[in-house]
Amino acid sequence: MHVILANLPLYLTGMATTLEICLYAGALSLLIGTILAGFRVSPLPPLRGVGTSWVTVFRNCPLTVVLFFMAFGFPELGINFPYFWFGTVGLALYTSAFVCEAIRSGINSVPPGQAEAARSIGLGFGQSLTSVVLPQAVRTVVPPLGSVIIAMIKNSAIVGAFGVGGDLYAAGITLTSARGEAALPVLTGVVIGYLLITVPAGLLLGTLERKVAVLR
Amino acid sequence: MIRASAVDKHFGSLHVLKDITLDVPRGQVVVVLGPSGSGKSTLCRVVNRLEPVDSGDIAIDGVPLPAEGRELAELRADVGMVFQQFNLFAHKTIVDNVVLGPVKVRRIDKETARQDAMRLLERVGIADQAGKYPAQLSGGQQQRAAIARALAMRPKVMLFDEPTSALDPEMINEVLDVMADLAAEGMTMLVISHEMGFARRAAHRVLFMDDGEIAEDSTPEDFFRAPRSERATDFLSKILTH
Ligand SMILES: Nc1ncnc2c1ncn2[C@@H]1O[C@H](COP(=O)(O)OP(=O)(O)OP(=O)(O)O)[C@@H](O)[C@H]1O
Ligand SMILES: [Mg+2]
Repeated sequence: MHVILANLPLYLTGMATTLEICLYAGALSLLIGTILAGFRVSPLPPLRGVGTSWVTVFRNCPLTVVLFFMAFGFPELGINFPYFWFGTVGLALYTSAFVCEAIRSGINSVPPGQAEAARSIGLGFGQSLTSVVLPQAVRTVVPPLGSVIIAMIKNSAIVGAFGVGGDLYAAGITLTSARGEAALPVLTGVVIGYLLITVPAGLLLGTLERKVAVLR
Repeated sequence: MIRASAVDKHFGSLHVLKDITLDVPRGQVVVVLGPSGSGKSTLCRVVNRLEPVDSGDIAIDGVPLPAEGRELAELRADVGMVFQQFNLFAHKTIVDNVVLGPVKVRRIDKETARQDAMRLLERVGIADQAGKYPAQLSGGQQQRAAIARALAMRPKVMLFDEPTSALDPEMINEVLDVMADLAAEGMTMLVISHEMGFARRAAHRVLFMDDGEIAEDSTPEDFFRAPRSERATDFLSKILTH
């Protein structure tokens, strides 16, 4: 307990960095995942191909490997960004595949007659998706999307382990390895830190779920 | 107004439309009937290309149906479709259902579209339901809202796929009345329906479909009095007895 209190600033900046990674990666993965889901249900075979390949690659590839690529592959190609961005984007790419699948299953839960009616009044594919199908898919999408986001928050630790530095996970490493503190109390602090992020996130998602449940 | 020539359509190995040729002039009301599985719905759906055809040509008002994309969407906007299961947008109020197409497709401003929508809802007799969601309406009211939604696009042709067969008997007439008014105003209509009263009252022409083919093409009087084929006689005796 003493270790945690003594190093509170380190824990707090760690939590802030973790939150930052998660906010950027979360927003980016929701954006990419939604577009990909649109690709996967599109009438155009090339777009479907892109969506399917993307999901196949990122859903079946370990996150560590994706991050290895971002951290060591891209610099070899002469692409250089601060690792914070490589790590965050890597996490977003990986998560987008799961977001896509959650949204796609939501799209498939909307009765096909809805999209047919939309097309029959002359809405294009994109319009019928955004005005008719997606708003009705939201209700079924929120619970699985919540699990994806919580998993992403936990996966952000791997981004930290890769050396973004300064996130919650890295704070634990710094304390145990560099400063030689006992592992058990330090890690207890790390666990509390993650729970302080994931539990409220879960509660927020629960509220959202109840909100959209009453929407027709 | 609707012209189909030599249209063929398969679902896998099932030959659903067999060399269909059909010409519906402007203002004509055509009732299509026939046994289940004979291809009536498919005929209706290929006319606005909700189903693609294998071969043959379909033209609306002289314009051949484009393959996909923007031009197809534009053409569909000119063809109103009414479904057996209504298919009103479940997350929108009745008036918003009617407004969506004019605003998104025709780019009419929201206020004008809303006024038009209210006039149409008035016309089909459900203006007082405008603010409700589809699930709060009776089947007959929902189907009338669906007709208003289609009419809001000012279509050149209206397609009806068994518009009253999902309705309780006491609601059938309120929908048929709206359709008969539309017919009287000169709308070109292709109506799949087994409602003989409507066919006699409003149709100029009756098509009997059997096994993917148009087996008979005649006037309502002739068809109901003396169908030419045995299949049609048999079919009529069945729908008359229930
Ligand atoms: N999407 C589809 N995939 C495969 N087969 C289909 C599809 N849609 C229809 N069919 C089949 O095509 C045949 C014709 O169907 P269609 O719906 O046009 O018949 P219908 O005359 O409208 O019948 P009903 O009176 O039952 O509505 C049927 O045998 C049906 O099972
Ligand atoms: Mg049918």
